Amino acid sequence: MISKLQSIEKTINSELSSKIKNSSIDNEELLIEIDKNDLVDVIQFLKSNENFKFKQLIDIAGVDYPENEKRFELIYLFLSHENNLRIKLLIKFEINQAINSITKIYPSANWMEREVFDMYGIKFKNHPDLRRILTDYGFKGHPLRKDFPLTGFNEVRYSEKDKKVIYEPVKLEQNYRNFDFESPWEGTKYIKEIKNSEKDGKKN
Amino acid sequence: MVKKTKSLSLNFGPQHPAAHGVLRLILELDGELVEKADPHIGLLHRGTEKLIEQKTYTQALPYFDRLDYVAPMNQEHAFALAAEKLLKVEVPIRAKYIRVIFCEIGRILSHILNVTTQALDVGALTPSLWGFEERETLMTFYERASGSRLHANYFRTGGVHKDVPMKLVEDIEKFCKSFPKIIDDLEGLLTDNRIFKQRNVEIGIVSKQEAIDHSFSGVMLRGSGVPWDLRRSQPYEIYKDLDFKIPIGKNGDCYDRYLCRIEEMRESIKIILQCIERLPKGPVISIDNKISPPNRDDIKQSMEALIHHFKLFTEGYRVPKGNVYTAVEAPKGEFGVYLISDGSNKPYRCKIRAPGFSHLQAMDYLIRGHMLADVPAVLGSLDIVFGEVDR
Repeated sequence: MISKLQSIEKTINSELSSKIKNSSIDNEELLIEIDKNDLVDVIQFLKSNENFKFKQLIDIAGVDYPENEKRFELIYLFLSHENNLRIKLLIKFEINQAINSITKIYPSANWMEREVFDMYGIKFKNHPDLRRILTDYGFKGHPLRKDFPLTGFNEVRYSEKDKKVIYEPVKLEQNYRNFDFESPWEGTKYIKEIKNSEKDGKKN
Repeated sequence: MVKKTKSLSLNFGPQHPAAHGVLRLILELDGELVEKADPHIGLLHRGTEKLIEQKTYTQALPYFDRLDYVAPMNQEHAFALAAEKLLKVEVPIRAKYIRVIFCEIGRILSHILNVTTQALDVGALTPSLWGFEERETLMTFYERASGSRLHANYFRTGGVHKDVPMKLVEDIEKFCKSFPKIIDDLEGLLTDNRIFKQRNVEIGIVSKQEAIDHSFSGVMLRGSGVPWDLRRSQPYEIYKDLDFKIPIGKNGDCYDRYLCRIEEMRESIKIILQCIERLPKGPVISIDNKISPPNRDDIKQSMEALIHHFKLFTEGYRVPKGNVYTAVEAPKGEFGVYLISDGSNKPYRCKIRAPGFSHLQAMDYLIRGHMLADVPAVLGSLDIVFGEVDR
C-alpha cells in the first residue's frame, strides 16, 4: 500500500512539479498541497490521468485556523475505484478569497461547496446555486468558524403570547464550561464569558 | 388551440410520512410529471461537528450514535478507527470480532427498516409489521451488550466498552439460524409482488457513470453494477478473513437496490455466524491504561490505576498531531470521518462524510421526468436518514 502511494506521489510530483507545493505520506495517506489558483487544473489532471482515475469526490472539508495569515484550509478527498486509491488535496487561503468551484468536474461538489459556504463563509466562483444548506432560513454567521460561540447567538421558541415561533438572543443560566487542560494551574475563565459573548453578538 | 400550462410548485414535507423524517422537497410539477426537485435539508441540523470540537475523544463518540440512528454502531466504528489510526493503538482480536458482529447487526437493522418502509411507501403495510418485530429483537442484543437499545456508545478507542455475555452470543446465534426464514417471508411478500414491482422496476434508474459522478456509495453504487464494497476493497478489522459475497445490481433501479439489500442481509447473517464460530478469548479493549480505563477491582487496589481513571475521565487522552480519513462500509454507503488533531485532548476538526448527503443531492437528477407518485418510491430506495444527512 505504502509503495503504491509513494509511486503515485512520485508521478504526481514529476508531472505537475511546478504546481505542487508540498506532498507527504502520513498514516498511509497521501496529502498534496497546491496553490488555490491551480485547483481546477490539478483536479482535472487527477480525474483524467490514466494512472490515477480519481473519478469520485468523497468530500470537501473546511478547516479554520484563526491565528494563521492564510486562515482557511480546504481538503478535497478523492477516491479511485479502478486503482483502489485515495488522495487528499489541500489548499490554504486568506479570508475573503474566493475559490474556483469544481461543480463542472464533479456534480456532487455542488452541495459540498454549499456546506462549506454555509459553515465557513468561503465563497466559490462559478457555483450555480450558492445558498446556505444546513442552517436555518435567514441564519447569520458561519457556525464552524472558531470564533463562532458553541451556544450561538439566537435561540428559537414558540411564543404563546404571539402565537408564533420567535427568535431571541440566547439566555443561559450557566455558560458552557470550557476547561483549559493545557495548564492545570490557571483558573477557568468562563464566568465572565457571558457578558463578552453578548457584546460580540451585538457586533455581529 | 394550444392550452397554456403553468407549472405547479408543491411542498413535499417536512411533515410527510414518506419523507423519512424532515425532508422538505420543493417540487415543480407539470401536471403529474416532476420537472424539478429542490430538497431543503438541515431541519435536523444539530451542529454535531461543532460540538465534537468542544469534547474529548471519549465524549465525542456518543454523537455518532445520533447520526444514522438506525445503525448506530457502524458510525461509532468510523470514529473509533480514526482515533486509533492517529494513536496507533492495536485493537485486541476479540474486540475486532465483537465489533464486526455488531456492525453487521447494524446493517441488518438498517436494511430491515429501509426495505420495509420502502414497501410501506408504495402501499404494503405487512412487511413493516413483520420486520419491526425482528428489529426489536436485534435492538435487545444492542441493549444487552451496551445498556441501551439505540444510542449504544459501545465502541471505544482501542476496543469495545465491555465484553459480551456468553448467553448473548448464543442468542445471537439462535437468531441467525431463524432469521433467514423471516427474510424468505419478506421476499415472499414483496419480490414477486405485482404492485411492488410496478412501483419499483425501472424507476429511478442510475447508470454506472452517473453513480460515480454523484459520489454514490454502498447499495446505491452496487445497485448500478459497480462492484465496490469497502469491506472487500479496503478491508478493516477482520473482514479480510471472512467469507462473504457482495451482491451487485444490474439495472440500477429501485427494485435492484431492494434486491441488493435483501441479499446483503443474508450475507450479514453469514458473517455473524462465522464470527461467532471463531470468536476468540481475550481482552476486549486495549490494555494500555493511557487510553482505556482500568477495571473496577484495580481502582480499589492500585494508586496508579486510580490516577489513570481520574485522568481519563476528566482530561481524557491526548491524540498525536495529524490528520486521517477513515471510512467504513455503513449500511447506507461509505461513512467517513476526517479527523484533524492538534495534539490536545479534543479533536481540532472532525468532518463527517455521510453517504446520505450525496444520495439526496442526486434527488433532482433521479426524479426529473418521473411521476409524482414515484417520489416516495425513489426516496425510499435512497435510504435517507436525516440524522446523518443534516448532522
